Amino acid sequence: MKARRDVTAWVLLPVVALAMLPLMSFSTWVTLTIAGAAMGMMLFLMASGLTLVFGLMDVMNFAHGAFITLGAYLAVSVLGRMAGWGGSESLWLNLAALGVAVTVGAVVTGAVGAVFERMIVRRVYGSHLQQILITMGGLIVAGQLVVVVWGAQPLQVAKPALLRGSFLVGGAAIESYRLVAVALGLVVFGVAHAVLNRTRIGLLVRAGVENREMVEALGFRIERLFVGVFVAGAALAGVGGVMWGGYQEIVTATIGDEMTVLIFIVIIIGGLGSVTGCFQAAVLVGLTTNYVGYLTPKLALGSNIALMVLVLLWRPRGLFPVAKP
Amino acid sequence: MVEKVLLRLEGVQTHIGRYHILHGVDLVVPEGELTVLLGRNGAGKTTTLRTIMGLWRASAGRIVFDGADITRMATPDIARLGIAYVPEAMGIFTGLSVRENLVLATATGRFDAALLDGVFALFPVLKVKWNDAAGGLSGGQKQMLAISRAMVERRRLMIVDEPTKGLAPAVIEHLIGGFRTLKESRTTVLLVEQNFHMARSLGDGVAVMDDGRVVHAGGMVELAGDEALQGRLLGLSLAAHQ
Amino acid sequence: MRRLISGDRPGHPLADLLMLALLVGLAFAPFLFPGTKSMAAASRICIFIVLAASYDILLGYTGIVSFAHTMFFAIGAYAVAIPLAQGGPSWGAIVGGELAGAAIAAVLAGLIALLSLRVQKIFFSMITLAVASLAGIVAAQWRDVTGGEDGLTFSLPAALGPGFRMVQEPFLGVRFDGRLVTYYLIFGVCLVLFGLMLRIVNSPFGRVLMAIRENEFRAEALGYRTVIYRTIASAQAAAIAAVAGGLMAILLRYNGPQSTLSFEIMVDILLMVVIGGMGTLYGPALGATVIVLAQYYLQPGLQAASDAVTGWPVLPQLFHPDRWLLWLGVLFILIVYFLPAGIIGTLRRRVR
Repeated sequence: MKARRDVTAWVLLPVVALAMLPLMSFSTWVTLTIAGAAMGMMLFLMASGLTLVFGLMDVMNFAHGAFITLGAYLAVSVLGRMAGWGGSESLWLNLAALGVAVTVGAVVTGAVGAVFERMIVRRVYGSHLQQILITMGGLIVAGQLVVVVWGAQPLQVAKPALLRGSFLVGGAAIESYRLVAVALGLVVFGVAHAVLNRTRIGLLVRAGVENREMVEALGFRIERLFVGVFVAGAALAGVGGVMWGGYQEIVTATIGDEMTVLIFIVIIIGGLGSVTGCFQAAVLVGLTTNYVGYLTPKLALGSNIALMVLVLLWRPRGLFPVAKP
Repeated sequence: MVEKVLLRLEGVQTHIGRYHILHGVDLVVPEGELTVLLGRNGAGKTTTLRTIMGLWRASAGRIVFDGADITRMATPDIARLGIAYVPEAMGIFTGLSVRENLVLATATGRFDAALLDGVFALFPVLKVKWNDAAGGLSGGQKQMLAISRAMVERRRLMIVDEPTKGLAPAVIEHLIGGFRTLKESRTTVLLVEQNFHMARSLGDGVAVMDDGRVVHAGGMVELAGDEALQGRLLGLSLAAHQ
Repeated sequence: MRRLISGDRPGHPLADLLMLALLVGLAFAPFLFPGTKSMAAASRICIFIVLAASYDILLGYTGIVSFAHTMFFAIGAYAVAIPLAQGGPSWGAIVGGELAGAAIAAVLAGLIALLSLRVQKIFFSMITLAVASLAGIVAAQWRDVTGGEDGLTFSLPAALGPGFRMVQEPFLGVRFDGRLVTYYLIFGVCLVLFGLMLRIVNSPFGRVLMAIRENEFRAEALGYRTVIYRTIASAQAAAIAAVAGGLMAILLRYNGPQSTLSFEIMVDILLMVVIGGMGTLYGPALGATVIVLAQYYLQPGLQAASDAVTGWPVLPQLFHPDRWLLWLGVLFILIVYFLPAGIIGTLRRRVR
């Protein structure tokens, strides 16, 4: 019974993707599917930390979008300074420029995340109401500080030259940047999966998501684990922000807030606390956004909310619910 | 031989939210013995265990383990002194495999081969289900896993909350066997138990709680032999309860 | 007076005094603070008092955090603006729009609550955030009806227009024109709504809400259907917010996504309720006054501070007049930490 249910959740993605095939030409479908997968990967980067933080400590950070915004602005600053590499003819230097931006994004956002956890989140364990309020306050302040540093004007991301174009494969236009995003997302998912399933820390995280109290009663200090997960989640959101900023090419102070709604949809659909669910849901949302955006552009976000409602009616705790005592 | 006290509670009071649950618990757990905590539902047994583990904070009183005051210590630090806790709901991680559940209970992440063999000898089914998700185990198997978790690492004290709740009699016999083995290894146990058959066959000492206090403490043999005392303390004859 | 406020006094001499001053100040605002800017500020204060207090019914009295409250505010505003823009000025459109807006908001809020309150409360917050953003998209894209991003501009019945004169001669330096009528219309409706909300929270219904907030399991065990109570509270709060939205449209003679639906307004409401004090109704009233005054008058103050630190690194940006929200955000965090009961709530506790 249990195994069969999981199969249903796993086949959802291919089913949705294939169901769209009759509605459009094959080349359009390929383009949209890759675009959707790329968006999904970036959503996964942004959302994975949030879902784990909630699963582990029952903390919902409404200011998570601030990490994304920060990442996007770091993309502006870092890629702007690396115009030499980013504008060169060498694909490797182009990728290296993006790699530096991603690294800086991860490190800086992770550090900010550590400060944020210390100053804002640590004091409000246990009370959802206070968490929502305090992290909203953090969101307001963070959004304003971003404007203080980078100004209120929208800024252009100096996307590396060779990642701007697209190429044709059998009539389907494929943007190279999207391929990079898909590759990065898959690598991060692979690493996250390996860490969670093959290391002792990962084992502790999985156990803690299920039953925090028991992990403590076995002698492990879960707060330290939580700080680590929070920082890692912030860093990943920063990486997602760098990538998303590069994807959008124009960065504003609300870029992260705009993603917050989608991210919430992703982690609710996936099942709060589940990284695998988060990955599946992110790709599902990415695909839906792109398919619907092509078929009836006006319904793109509405379709995701409808998707969330449908999933919740089907499984009230998401596609991959985490067992809780 | 002078009996050494491993765990001592002195006037422990606990509040949960606005509710005053423990009104001054005094309890002594001698080293190397199995002490049974009896009492009605709501008498405060589970709260006592959780307060010992630091999962609830004592608002007054002292908890002393092996001479050290642990009243204000954090749960992980208490556990690291060598105290294993098996909650009423067993605290099994259902999404993890049997092996992973047991690995978490070791201090280093590596099994002591001798101790693990002991677990397998006692509960062979765990070896069969080694790589299966613990969520798929039966209730009795989960309880065996929960108790094994306290056995794969040498512990000084095991605190177990109503292990027989909802289990079939045959499974209970099996569990009693497990506890006997533990007793032979001179592990100190504090056991909350409603099943008097189990309590009597295992207990060295006994403490009876009512309304947030320990109202009687003594040897299990005396209580088991004194029907009047049983009636007064527990409101029923324990003999009739076998 | 006691009956008017349902026997629920602010509860501390200073709080009583503040509230009385607020009431008097607003009742005689056109005479005490003449001028277009201060009249607009006073009208906004009235409307936001009602909006923030209605949000307090949710946040303070039931402990649930909704991010869709501006959606109901906007529904009321559009319900008044659309018939006025399409059918021209009439009192029927105003009254009908207010009532229709309240009804639609109540039904929608009830539906959302029934759907999402069954899951964890934190889900409710996340889902309302999604629903609110959907509402923003609908308002922006349903151009034929809502006017899209541009919004709807309309005119009001003559009695509310600036050309209207009740009395030809100014009295105490104040012209008895349509703007004055508009102000007292807004003030009157807001006063009635505030009284109504005091009645709601002090009724047996309100006490059950508070019991649920304190201990959901206990209330459930006592036989209260918590979901039903919360759904009704949601619907009431939404209906009142919608009426306030209609007043906002009347005040501005315009409605658009920015004026009633933006996320900034949602943030403002949160600030108002938390700074003033959750679960007191008077707190949000005070908070609304403080925030609206800050919007109108804090910016010049920051300008002065910014000028004073010209030449320093970063500081001028931190004190830039557009950064007032930064300082309110800091204040908000400090209040959640150190005065979780807000200003009025803290004063009340001192008495008890």
